[in-house]
Amino acid sequence: MTKRDRMSGNEAVANALRQINPDVMPAFPITPSTEVPQFMASFAANGLVDTEFIPVESEHSSMSAAIGSEAAGARTVTATSSCGLAFMWEELYIAASNRLPLALVLVNRALSGPININCDHSDSMGARDAGWIQLYAETNQEAYDNMIMAYRIAEHDDVRLPIMICQDGFITSHAVMNIETIDDETVKNFVGTYEPDDYLLNKKRPMAVGPYAVSGYYMEAKRQQVEALRNVKRVALEVAEEFEKISGRKYGLFEEYRMDDAEYAIVIIGSAAGTAKDAVDKLREEGVKAGLIKIRFFRPFPAKEIVEALKGVKAVAVMDRSEGFSDNGGPMGAELISALYQAKSDMYAVNYIYGLGGRDVKVESIEEVYTALQEIVATGEVGETYRYLGLRERKDA
Amino acid sequence: MDEFSKLNDTNTWEELTEGMKIFTGGNSKDFNTGEWTTIKPVVYEEKCKHCLLCTPVCPDSAIPVKNLKRGPIDYMHCKGCGICAKACPFNAIEMKQQA
Amino acid sequence: MSYNFKEWMNKPERLAPGHRMCAGCGGTIAVRNVLRALHEGDKAVIGNATGCLEVSTFMYPYTAWEDSYIHNAFENAGATLSGVETAYRALKKKGKIDDTYKFITFGGDGGTYDIGLQSLSGAMERNHDMVYVCYDNGAYMNTGVQRSSATPMYADTTTTPVGKKSIGKIQNRKDLAQVIAAHDIPYVAQTTFVKNFKDLHIKAEKAIYTPGAAFLNIMAPCPTGWKYIPSDLMEYCRLAVETCYWPLFEVVEGRWILNYEPKKKLPIEEFLKGQGRFKHLFKPGNEHLIAEFQAEVDRRWEQLQYNCSR
Repeated sequence: MTKRDRMSGNEAVANALRQINPDVMPAFPITPSTEVPQFMASFAANGLVDTEFIPVESEHSSMSAAIGSEAAGARTVTATSSCGLAFMWEELYIAASNRLPLALVLVNRALSGPININCDHSDSMGARDAGWIQLYAETNQEAYDNMIMAYRIAEHDDVRLPIMICQDGFITSHAVMNIETIDDETVKNFVGTYEPDDYLLNKKRPMAVGPYAVSGYYMEAKRQQVEALRNVKRVALEVAEEFEKISGRKYGLFEEYRMDDAEYAIVIIGSAAGTAKDAVDKLREEGVKAGLIKIRFFRPFPAKEIVEALKGVKAVAVMDRSEGFSDNGGPMGAELISALYQAKSDMYAVNYIYGLGGRDVKVESIEEVYTALQEIVATGEVGETYRYLGLRERKDA
Repeated sequence: MDEFSKLNDTNTWEELTEGMKIFTGGNSKDFNTGEWTTIKPVVYEEKCKHCLLCTPVCPDSAIPVKNLKRGPIDYMHCKGCGICAKACPFNAIEMKQQA
Repeated sequence: MSYNFKEWMNKPERLAPGHRMCAGCGGTIAVRNVLRALHEGDKAVIGNATGCLEVSTFMYPYTAWEDSYIHNAFENAGATLSGVETAYRALKKKGKIDDTYKFITFGGDGGTYDIGLQSLSGAMERNHDMVYVCYDNGAYMNTGVQRSSATPMYADTTTTPVGKKSIGKIQNRKDLAQVIAAHDIPYVAQTTFVKNFKDLHIKAEKAIYTPGAAFLNIMAPCPTGWKYIPSDLMEYCRLAVETCYWPLFEVVEGRWILNYEPKKKLPIEEFLKGQGRFKHLFKPGNEHLIAEFQAEVDRRWEQLQYNCSR
């Protein structure tokens, strides 16, 4: 049974967590994710969840405690943003290498400095190589749905990896939108209980976690993690199929928007996809064959699948909401363009950096990108492939 | 030998335990640290009063106690530090170079 | 609490041999004897900060721990075990666990006094039902004897090397037991290895079985870092106590208790001599350094006596 409601992205995820009723939540406040632990602490205080809330003294400790808790056999969640995620750095790798399927609600925010509380993806993009599953949302609805699907993916026997459920700071986390929620009982049955085979508090046999492994073992340990991450693609689609049955909403590894006959495409992550879709609609009305791919899973990166979806496109713009400081583009640009090369694609490809530190993304600015793609195809001249969108700069620069 | 002790650096990535976790306790017993040294404690049984003062001072849990009596020294693990010999009030332990 | 040494020794060993700690290491002596305080039938989850103890006791695929064990990182043993302890309460509440578990974490002075202090402070302040045991050997021994805030004054370490213009570490050691006592937790104690380990065993048992957070600071000599003859370990522990360099005390619910007062307090030279890290103090002309060391020991001893007299 579904119900129409209005709530912010933080409230939506917190409500999904209330329905999931995780065992333990260690958390430390940081804008714009603070509301998520606040909601959970309040649910716990009022008996709406059984969750043991740990008000830790830092994000480093929230991830450390989450690792301990998840290893002990408890379904665990934490939440953070920006510098909080950066402070967890070392622990992110440890959660993944120990194969602990804990969940992290990440409300994306720019990393310091200068200190900035608004949205970009520099926090999660910096953590992209930590071995976590990363799921992104365009809307509050998607944030809610992703949270409900998260543990089913992370805890799957063929996966057992930590999962980051990302949404855009303020743009979705604080904006109230219409949302359709699923009733508590249905969510509870869908998510199920957490019954790991081995855990620290298993009386049948002890477990030792976190060894020192010499070079004779380390590479094999990493290869195991890759296998688990690779399995996510299959598992995520299976879970999405089941989710469709309870929600009526369909999810893939990414979303294709008006891609069927598209000649000009952009690939984008997060809330800006909504704005970009408006631009696509407008251009379509003008007769431009514009299309869009919105990434849902950035880890694992569905490279081959995206390349396949881009077939027939003449020029693509890869949109990065974070700098990579490689002087060659942003992180998604690097990955997608390399995937195109591997597929021997001759499509024109450029990479845009946009929306840093909450910089507004308008329909017109996205239109500018499609105009540039059309020019590239018309002239056969790619020009600079590493571009900024919405940046003030000297005219003679 | 514990089943987990059989894992070694010829195993493939598929054969190693998930997340490099080990699902047993105390299997380090299967690892020989006694060969680190050639100096070993020798107990003069006639002098030993089984006061057990040698037991807690051993960094390697190599002086077992059973039924309130000191058991034979675990030479597979003793690293020959000699703390036990100095802790013995009866001079019942002597550190000796082994052949 | 009654203490029958032989019966304590008769209890099953919870740290297996075959670990790779150095010959004569004080760290594993601390661990073995703390774990002995667990009551039979009680289970435990052991935490561990990165350090000698961790890399030597859980080298894949061998674990020396008979109980469940988690090593996370260097700086977060307190937070990690606080998560384990909370999971236990959550699962117990849901009826998923019926056994009794105890939570004990070990860290060296590096992981405890320094890089892990925030994590430890948080876990203690939140009063998790756990014991944090610091095996204090007074330097970062795992990385090759660098100074820590637990390193005593004038010690020669690889980051405070003695040289033509250096007399070793110039600062005093941090009094961590006092810092943790200021967290107002139910139980704090300082101990080391003396005689039949009664002091350590009883404190470990109190720490484990006192509800709420407990902290044990155990001086654990390191022959590699202190540069003494390994077999002399128990003698250095005795001298540390008899010189009042390492007094035995506990803080129970905020009340300071002195557990041992030497009949005749020995001069600090007795403890310092024979240790390579203090060799330079015995060179002619450096007598004033020993006098300063003695003055600091005296000052702290007086302060402790004052705390314990209130």
